[in-house]
Amino acid sequence: MQQHQNTDFETRSLDAICINESQLSHKWYHNIKYLIVGVLFGIVFVKSEVVSWFRIQEMFRLQSFHMYGIIGSAIAVGMLSIWLIKKFNIKTIYGEKIEFHDKTFNKGQIFGGLLFGLGWAITGACPGPLFAQIGTGATVIMVTLLSAIAGTWVYGLLRDKLPH
Amino acid sequence: MLDFLRQPWPWYVAGPLIGLTVPALLILGNKSFGISSSLRHICAACLPANIPFFKYDWKKEIWNLFFVFGILLGGAIAIHFLANPQPIQVNPKLATELAGYGITNYNDLVPQEIMNWPALLTLKGFLLMVVGGFLVGFGTRYAGGCTSGHAIMGLSNLQWPSLIATICFMVGGFIMANLILPLILNL
Repeated sequence: MQQHQNTDFETRSLDAICINESQLSHKWYHNIKYLIVGVLFGIVFVKSEVVSWFRIQEMFRLQSFHMYGIIGSAIAVGMLSIWLIKKFNIKTIYGEKIEFHDKTFNKGQIFGGLLFGLGWAITGACPGPLFAQIGTGATVIMVTLLSAIAGTWVYGLLRDKLPH
Repeated sequence: MLDFLRQPWPWYVAGPLIGLTVPALLILGNKSFGISSSLRHICAACLPANIPFFKYDWKKEIWNLFFVFGILLGGAIAIHFLANPQPIQVNPKLATELAGYGITNYNDLVPQEIMNWPALLTLKGFLLMVVGGFLVGFGTRYAGGCTSGHAIMGLSNLQWPSLIATICFMVGGFIMANLILPLILNL
């Protein structure tokens, strides 16, 4: 159990991304709201062609502003939202305080970042678009997704031997 | 109205909507926006193999799996009900370059000529789909996040390690798209 708690701590300290800060536990159907956010998000992904291999190729050849406009305006809206949440101390719908975590630098952000960049330009997809592409009927992308899961698993296996 | 929605959405509509995912997840339940962690949760749930990195309470993070399954469903809804009848319009320079590799079909979000089931058995297809996917999964976890966790959530929260990660994503992408991918597509 002790080890279990340690690795849980590690999830938060070294990998403070996409985490669940809520201390509340709910029935499973409370997760439906995240499914709905995902559905809306997936629709935007497809309709804006962010999940298009062709758009990613344009982006990395500086041939179109489209992707830069999307990522840039998404960051601007995200930044403004987080500023507002902090400034007005906005709570969750359950009344919890919203938590933010600082990320610590490690070399993985450089090595891993470069490796992910290489993969992004080959597959034309980061992890989110892989799910959306499968949804649009590109069934072969299930293989790409499985391979990405395998990549994550191999990282977990080799983690202690890699420079961080 | 439906015709209006069927057109490709411009960046100034899509970008802010994607950005709104950040406060939506925070306010709905204190969840930090991120997608690549779902791959880790799948590993933890299906094949932890006693690896410490996968020994944590993944059930607590199950919201993330609901979220990514929603993205998959969203893709299906968009393509069935809101599909754009026109092929994707790309920069003519890109179209000329891709035509040189035999890629001329713009009807799908992925290039049908090089990403299909039979192509998996070719070296080109293997590199594009299997090796590419592996790099995405390995690289995002090594970096501690992907475009959503670092570029959008991290930069929104003014985290400088996320800026470094985002710059490295772009550098890797530029190297691949301009220097290495042409060699792969010529195979």
